[in-house]
Amino acid sequence: MINDLWSYISVADHWWGPNGIMARLDEHLRYSAIAVGISLVLAIPLGLVVGHTGRGTAVVTFIANAFRALPAVGLLIFLVVLISPQFTGRSEARYLIPTTIVLVLLSIPSILANTVEGVRNVDPEARDAARGMGMTGSQVLFKVELPCALPLIFSGVRSAVLQVIATATIAAYISLGGLGRLIIDGLSSREYPKVITGAVAVAVLAIVLDVLIALIQRYTVSRGVSGRFSRKGATATTAPRKDDAIEADAEVLAV
Amino acid sequence: MIKFESVTKRYPDGTVAVNGLDLVAPSGQITVLVGPSGCGKTTSLRMINRMIEPTSGRIWLDETDTGTVSTSKLRRGIGYVIQHAGLFPHRTIVDNVATVPLMLGVDKKTARAQAMDLLVRVGLDPAFAKRYPAQLSGGQQQRVGVARALAADPPVMLMDEPFSAVDPVVRAQLHEEFLRLQQDLGKTIVLVTHDIDEAVKLGDQIAVLRVGGTLAQLATPADLLARPADDFVAGFVGRDRGYRSLGFADAGDLPTRKEVTVRLGSDFAAAAALAEDGWVLAIGDAGEPLGWLDASHPGTGPIGPQHLHRGGTVATEGGSLRAALDAALSAPSGRGVLVREDNTLLGTVTASEVVARIEERAAAERIEAAR
Amino acid sequence: MSSPPVGYLAAPDQPWNVQHYLDGKVGYVLGLLWQHLWLSVLPVVIGLIIALPIGYAAKRFKWTYTPLVTISGLLYTIPSLALFVVIPSVIGTQILDPINVVIPLTIYTIALMVRVIADGLRSVDETVLQAASAMGYSRFQRLLKVELPIAIPVIGAGLRVAVVANVGMVAVAAVIGVPQLGTLFSYGKDLFYYAPIVVGLVLSVALAFALDLLIVLAVRALTPWRKAVAAR
Repeated sequence: MINDLWSYISVADHWWGPNGIMARLDEHLRYSAIAVGISLVLAIPLGLVVGHTGRGTAVVTFIANAFRALPAVGLLIFLVVLISPQFTGRSEARYLIPTTIVLVLLSIPSILANTVEGVRNVDPEARDAARGMGMTGSQVLFKVELPCALPLIFSGVRSAVLQVIATATIAAYISLGGLGRLIIDGLSSREYPKVITGAVAVAVLAIVLDVLIALIQRYTVSRGVSGRFSRKGATATTAPRKDDAIEADAEVLAV
Repeated sequence: MIKFESVTKRYPDGTVAVNGLDLVAPSGQITVLVGPSGCGKTTSLRMINRMIEPTSGRIWLDETDTGTVSTSKLRRGIGYVIQHAGLFPHRTIVDNVATVPLMLGVDKKTARAQAMDLLVRVGLDPAFAKRYPAQLSGGQQQRVGVARALAADPPVMLMDEPFSAVDPVVRAQLHEEFLRLQQDLGKTIVLVTHDIDEAVKLGDQIAVLRVGGTLAQLATPADLLARPADDFVAGFVGRDRGYRSLGFADAGDLPTRKEVTVRLGSDFAAAAALAEDGWVLAIGDAGEPLGWLDASHPGTGPIGPQHLHRGGTVATEGGSLRAALDAALSAPSGRGVLVREDNTLLGTVTASEVVARIEERAAAERIEAAR
Repeated sequence: MSSPPVGYLAAPDQPWNVQHYLDGKVGYVLGLLWQHLWLSVLPVVIGLIIALPIGYAAKRFKWTYTPLVTISGLLYTIPSLALFVVIPSVIGTQILDPINVVIPLTIYTIALMVRVIADGLRSVDETVLQAASAMGYSRFQRLLKVELPIAIPVIGAGLRVAVVANVGMVAVAAVIGVPQLGTLFSYGKDLFYYAPIVVGLVLSVALAFALDLLIVLAVRALTPWRKAVAAR
């Protein structure tokens, strides 16, 4: 089995050929990027507004749960059957549009719910202080709530990306490209090395993207929020140990 | 000056948080709003910077009706300190402090430099400036909260239970520093607390509110302890009112006696021979009292710190009668230690001498009142 | 389990007519629903049972938390389609064996629940744990009587996500031919026949909501103290 796999991936054409891994990766990334891009543009502003005003939280929760309950394959097939006859001329759009809709619906819940939750979770005292010092509503949102909500927003985006990358494989099921192609084609031609290559490629892609976003997160989120303090005496948790802090307090008083 | 003019806050569900409040918080003074939970003290405070809008009535800030200016403009001119400080977790300490000046258009460099000065002023090591709030203890965060509120140098400060989230030792330190700071700055301060002792300690005047949001009594701390307006205020002010009010009575010149003293390191047996009623006072090199030596306890060799009884409190000359009485009551010898301003020993005084002084005062006051 | 789909071999005249489609096939569709139900629920039950000790280990031995949570998180990156296809050849089952669906979904459930259980147990107030130990609870009693009950809301929230996700993922297994509601999708796709797709979608969403609601109610029944607090 390992040998079969090795001999499959040691063929250069399986990598660089017109239907090789790289071409499939390119397609996979394209489908995923379009969907995640649309989700970000829709879900983050909406989430920020709902979180800030507190209005519509119940509606957002309901929408998020409802979208989660939709079976991706079923919806995809439904949309293909519904939409593709309208685009008889252009072969890619008739499948790309349904795929994009499904992936967007799939990724909106976690981004939206986490954005709302992130803003709602901001320390009410910090919000109160911000208002009390004369910040306008949008200043409170962008100077206090958004920076503090970033860790949760990022984790929502990360799980959305993970899910989109994994689910974009089903695009192959409706005769689009992407890494799922390797799995579906491998299945029908009984080439298991091809199936496994496709699966591993998807997993690796998901991990690489997750690490990339984690890096972005590291440089965008304030260390005060993430709890990564450079100074001694500070631990990985957000709150320093109580006794430490009190000792430090006593030191300062003595100065 | 802050003036409440028949201010009422009624919520849509019908509860009345504040009911027809009339109150003046004079400029440069600390006005404390105190009362049980549900008395509307926080609501009253938050109506000043319109975090809560009054249902009716007006609140004046000097000559300005607060209802006529925009909320952001109003709030940027008022310092605001809350219970857990409410620091911004994503900003460093110095940037937290510089928030309002930056909003008002001060350039970054100046704002930071001012913020550093303020940190020192509220008793924080400048080394903390680059840290984040989560790295600080509750007491330190509270100091940053005060510094942040002072940053734009607002004439008015609103403080909502600013010291209640820290432990008693740190709270006492913060009280002292706060009073010292206020002596320098002379802000118009309105402070909310549920703790009558804190109110008595900090307030120039105290407004006691009762449930339903009406004013029960407005008085100076001494007056409040001596003459509670009714049963509610008396109950709220609590026990030991007579004793506590001594805290506001000047001790004046007490009849002190000279005390025989010994120094640390001198011979135990020789020192014990000097003892009167079995106790002799040990002092340090600068003449500061260190503690009482128990002569009845067998000992030999030089006197060390371990021989000293440290239970007695020390009263400062010109301090309150309460401090003097406490010094006498807490001394194992029954002789309360008085020191001068520079902490050198002045002499000792007994409880009956202090009580005699208290009675003299009271008699004089009665004669004064009868006229 | 049920008779093979009775339907049109060519595109139907009334592709939207659900009533027409269901005529005489209610039993067949309900059979698919039942199949779908247990294919979604069984992996959650098995996954929870397996994830509990792993999650507890991640909480109990601090150093294992990061590796365990990371590894289980990685499992989630494997596309379900691939697992459905590869599992039979790895464990040597028949291609139509339902086990081929149960195993991947169990893996996903474990992947999700290890973290949830560890975080749920970690969220229990340290003072409560100390109080329990001080009263003489053994470690196991404490886990059973104090830590798990307190962690129920968090674990329940995780289970809701797992069940709902599984209901959606089971449908993917139509690719390998294991019959369940996903079969209706493939069938409708090949014939451009909307009615079975709509029936499948509606039943799938309804199933997800019903199972979700069931867990919500179970959590509520198991944590009466939260209601008391909320009512105040």
